Amino acid sequence: MSDTSDSTDDAGEASDGGDDAAAAVDAEEVRHVADLARVRLADDEVDEFAAQFGDILEYFEALDEVPETDREEELVNVMRPDEVRDGLSQEAALANAEETEDGFFVGPKVS
Amino acid sequence: MAADINAFVTEERIEGDADAAGPLADATVAVKDNISTEGIRTTCGSEMLADYVPPYSATVIDRLTDAGATVVGKTNMDEFGMGTTTETSAFGPTRNPVDTDRVPGGSSGGSAAAVAAGAADVALGSDTGGSVRCPAAFCGVVGIKPTYGLVSRYGLIAYANSLEQIGPIAGTVEEAAAVLDVIAGDDPHDGTTRDLSGIEGAAPEAGYAAAADGDVDGMTIGVPTELFDGADERVVETVEDAIAALEARGAETTEISLPSVEHAVQAYYVIAMAEASSNLARFDGVRYGHRSDSDGNWNESFAETREEGFGAEVKRRILLGTYALSAGYHDKYYEKAQDARAWVRQDFEAAFDDVDVVASPTMPVLPFELGESLDDPLRMYLADANTTPANLANLPAISVPAGEADGLPVGLQLVGPKFGEETIVRAASAVEDR
Repeated sequence: MSDTSDSTDDAGEASDGGDDAAAAVDAEEVRHVADLARVRLADDEVDEFAAQFGDILEYFEALDEVPETDREEELVNVMRPDEVRDGLSQEAALANAEETEDGFFVGPKVS
Repeated sequence: MAADINAFVTEERIEGDADAAGPLADATVAVKDNISTEGIRTTCGSEMLADYVPPYSATVIDRLTDAGATVVGKTNMDEFGMGTTTETSAFGPTRNPVDTDRVPGGSSGGSAAAVAAGAADVALGSDTGGSVRCPAAFCGVVGIKPTYGLVSRYGLIAYANSLEQIGPIAGTVEEAAAVLDVIAGDDPHDGTTRDLSGIEGAAPEAGYAAAADGDVDGMTIGVPTELFDGADERVVETVEDAIAALEARGAETTEISLPSVEHAVQAYYVIAMAEASSNLARFDGVRYGHRSDSDGNWNESFAETREEGFGAEVKRRILLGTYALSAGYHDKYYEKAQDARAWVRQDFEAAFDDVDVVASPTMPVLPFELGESLDDPLRMYLADANTTPANLANLPAISVPAGEADGLPVGLQLVGPKFGEETIVRAASAVEDR
């Protein structure tokens, strides 16, 4: 390992209140995250997830012990000429859609 | 047998090129159901894609059929690859052909079970955190997770792009390597594949299968204490016997330390869940996949579609990934996980200055009984302790049968340096020759 130093505490809400408080997740928080992720949950699923997330996030707390590490990524852009190529036909592209109209996808109403 | 163990979601064939010559001519191949097959439904083990029929095939499918292999079916898997037991599938669990009261491992459990049961000669799986190697170990077959960038993922339905590779499963090291010979190599459809001609040793002239010669004389094998601590004693004994057999054939072993791997499971799950939460946003019920009958607006309909289409483990990972990326938590979880990932990579790089391969148990446990870990996700995650480091470090790894403990298969994992597939194939072939 090279170039490590003490990690800085982030000042976010996550580090407020000590380790126990940081790992605990209540039903309201699970509902909020589910809302952000656009996944509806049943009430019993919310309670189950709250308990499980507490355990899992408590386990993730051990990441606090990881030193700040230099990340030497060998990343390069991969480009190709911008040329017209054959792609899927409109029919093939629409074939798996639940609802289509005049060659378009039909989605739910926006509001 | 294959029907009793529920190895396949769909049994349909894609005939191989009858004129092809080579080791895969006339071979049968089972394909994990997250790899697209034109005209044959590809479900990812999910209700969401139960009726999804891809309009094109993955590059690996074309390469296999061009080499003469015939696809015989699409194999069962943990939903979207999210599991270690193949119990999270919407199509019911797959059973382990060695002991049908036990899981085959996951997430490519159907692929490993199909090979172990003789329903296909070889199979393809995908490995994001051990999903090829775990079922190979639990079913007593061979599985290879290639170096990141070796095999095209065009047509693989993504779960966590920065970690996953398609890899072969077979009854022997040589057969698995022969599949790798066919599917490896750059693909203009996947910008993450590498041109192997520019990487020393990446594409041996005689191919990977020719490396299965059992010649480990003079090879140095690193044995990291961290990947043996906490493993089941029966597993450790069996793996140590296999390593001793390599020593008997002229390999040297040396104890090494990889302190970073203590954080591999945490880092893996944070990164994989974060990537999954973004990747699976595509399942909105509009372009493909299940769509709810909701009368609600876009957001309500989207949320209901996903409630109905996804199983519990997928929802858990999407939510935890969303949480780990959200304001106030991003630095605490995601950034630290990226630090841990870089640390794991550096630890392995340093180790490969002194050793040729790193050996450990593939799985720290014997195959679970069906239902044993399903209600305890954290317990299931912890079983990935030894497999996730190779994904975090982008390295090639193989699981080869080390023997049995209490009548159940135990896998030996060998991790190699980047594009060192030839070395891990050679070392693994010496284990099965003993």
